[in-house]
Amino acid sequence: MSMKKNKMIRLTFSYLIIALMSFIVIYPLLWVVGSSLNPGQSLSGSTMFPKNPTFDHYKYLFDLEKSNYVKWYWNSLKISTLTMILTVMTVSLTAYSFSRYRFIGRKNGLLTFLILQMIPNFAALIAIFVLATRTGLIDTHLGLILVYVGGQIPMNTWLMKGYLDTIPKELDESAKMDGASHLRVFWQIVMPLAKPIVAVVALFSFIAPFGDFILARILLRTDEKFTMAVGLYEMVAKQFGNEFTKFAAGSVLIAIPIAALFLMFQKYFVSGLTAGGTKG
Amino acid sequence: MDAKKTSNHGRNAALLSILPGFGQFYNKQFVKGAIFLILTVSFFVAFYDTLNWGFWGLITLGEIPVLDHSIFLLIDGIIALIVTALGLIIYAFNFYDAYNNGKKRDLGLKLNSVREQYHNLLDNGFPYLMISPGFFLLVFVVIFPILFVVLLAFTNYDLYHSPPAKLVDWVGIQNFIDIFKLDLWRKTFFGVMGWTIVWTFVATTLQVALGIFLAILVNQKDLKGKAIIRTIFILPWAVPAFISILIFSGMFNETFGVINKTILDAIGIGPVPWMTEENWTRLALIFIQSWLGFPFIFAMTTGVLQSIPDELYEAATVDGATILQKFTKITLPLVLFATAPIIITQYTFNFNNFNVIFLFNGGGPAIPGQNAGGSDILISWIYKLTMTSAQYGKAAAVTMILSLIVITVALWQFRRTKSFQEEDLM
Repeated sequence: MSMKKNKMIRLTFSYLIIALMSFIVIYPLLWVVGSSLNPGQSLSGSTMFPKNPTFDHYKYLFDLEKSNYVKWYWNSLKISTLTMILTVMTVSLTAYSFSRYRFIGRKNGLLTFLILQMIPNFAALIAIFVLATRTGLIDTHLGLILVYVGGQIPMNTWLMKGYLDTIPKELDESAKMDGASHLRVFWQIVMPLAKPIVAVVALFSFIAPFGDFILARILLRTDEKFTMAVGLYEMVAKQFGNEFTKFAAGSVLIAIPIAALFLMFQKYFVSGLTAGGTKG
Repeated sequence: MDAKKTSNHGRNAALLSILPGFGQFYNKQFVKGAIFLILTVSFFVAFYDTLNWGFWGLITLGEIPVLDHSIFLLIDGIIALIVTALGLIIYAFNFYDAYNNGKKRDLGLKLNSVREQYHNLLDNGFPYLMISPGFFLLVFVVIFPILFVVLLAFTNYDLYHSPPAKLVDWVGIQNFIDIFKLDLWRKTFFGVMGWTIVWTFVATTLQVALGIFLAILVNQKDLKGKAIIRTIFILPWAVPAFISILIFSGMFNETFGVINKTILDAIGIGPVPWMTEENWTRLALIFIQSWLGFPFIFAMTTGVLQSIPDELYEAATVDGATILQKFTKITLPLVLFATAPIIITQYTFNFNNFNVIFLFNGGGPAIPGQNAGGSDILISWIYKLTMTSAQYGKAAAVTMILSLIVITVALWQFRRTKSFQEEDLM
């Protein structure tokens, strides 16, 4: 009898805590959806459940003459996709060499990568800024993409090398015996087996530029070249919250697809990070 | 035996290699020697101007204001340094090759023919070829900036010494001395440093503890609705962080924000100065970071919990263990062991968590008597020094201090992880 009562108390408390946490988690998200439907412009008049909800702010964002929102959306997608492609290519090549070949400089190269992955590359933001100005890459997407790709190489190389190390070397050795070239072993034997980790690296290198604020903020200068993060920040910061409802609509439009994508791939994130964490 | 004693081909070839190529000629590998020689000559022909100009610029940082742009000279100087390093690597390889082949002759072995050398080059060169695209990108967007910041930390580059109108000069360790000696700087530095440390430890520990606690709570066997609860708890991780932070900055707004206006009002508490009072901003930031950070630890821990076999708990029950004992002796050690490396990366992440600090309140509120805001951590202070007050030299010095801290902690961490001890690496 008392065991049953104990269980009741324990479960009730658990549900209470979960309910409270769920409220804390969901409230801000619902609140921003509510704000985006408010007819007013600013933060002051907005309520969570507006009496006469409107989609005006969404319409405004899609009005190409008034708002650069669609451009920011496109910029973010473009930059993330290109960063992803370039990162996957360079990282596959580097990780494969580090995993499969023994060459002079390998050990030092790996150690350098290990140290580099610990310093966020925006720590050198003065240098990136000056260098971009000097080379004319300031306010270009190309410059931003190159910085992103370079910054992602060390960490992702370690991640992928760890996975490639688990693919038996006998496979490529026997292929080499049969006369396969270096490139062929890489492309037709090892890479097909490494698809899971390629997916993880692709996912990471897509999400990272998307969530980045600081580098985009330093390098991009004109409104129509902004990424989502910089654009939305400007919207909030520029007029002391006078465009808050529009910002809210913009947030909803970007948060929903990203969150959906994320929930779909969540498993890979966890497995990728655990693999990276325990293996180096 | 006799031949071995009298011949010193290894040493001779290496000595002759002081002039690149001649060691190879000595070893009668004429094609290879010629390639080394041509490479050397063309290196000096091609880079003579770069090196000459670069090193002059690096040492003087320019002599005539307006005409000489110190910062561009610094950049050219670093390029000269990198070119020199690459040249030295090839030079070292030339020694290595001559010595090795000379050694082979000492031992009476036959040297490779030109054809074999070509095939060797293809085989051994392949990994270098594969690495080169990543390597070059890394040199220019990561290593180059690091060198630049290191050098900049020893200059007086700021608003008053800003090219092209003025020249920048080398000032030795003056920036570091200023940071620790001048009142304004010392006060700011230690204030920011102190808050950075408190922030890192409190915010991270809280998010880790909350994540583990909730994971264990939801993982109870007889709890219903696990799938939906887990999806809800993952949401803060799924929504891009910069959006959540901006949303929170709206919610915490002092006059219009929903927290002061609705929530605190409902429980009868007057408006709280979240954005203008240092300690309230800090409190809000810690709350926000816990909100943002716990789902990640939650997901990790859930994964670990699901992999613990039930038999472990059943055996413990048979032995008469209490719930508390099961928790402290089985669950917690297993969870902490599996997630330890990730927990440590969370600490280094928050140490440099620019987004949450800057997007919430711009590092503010402003504090009299120091040049950083009340919630500024080192990285956001560096950003301000660079982008708003143009104190480039000081910012570089602070960046160096920050990097040293991060590298020390991270090296200490990786020394303990498995892959670092793998013989494959070391």
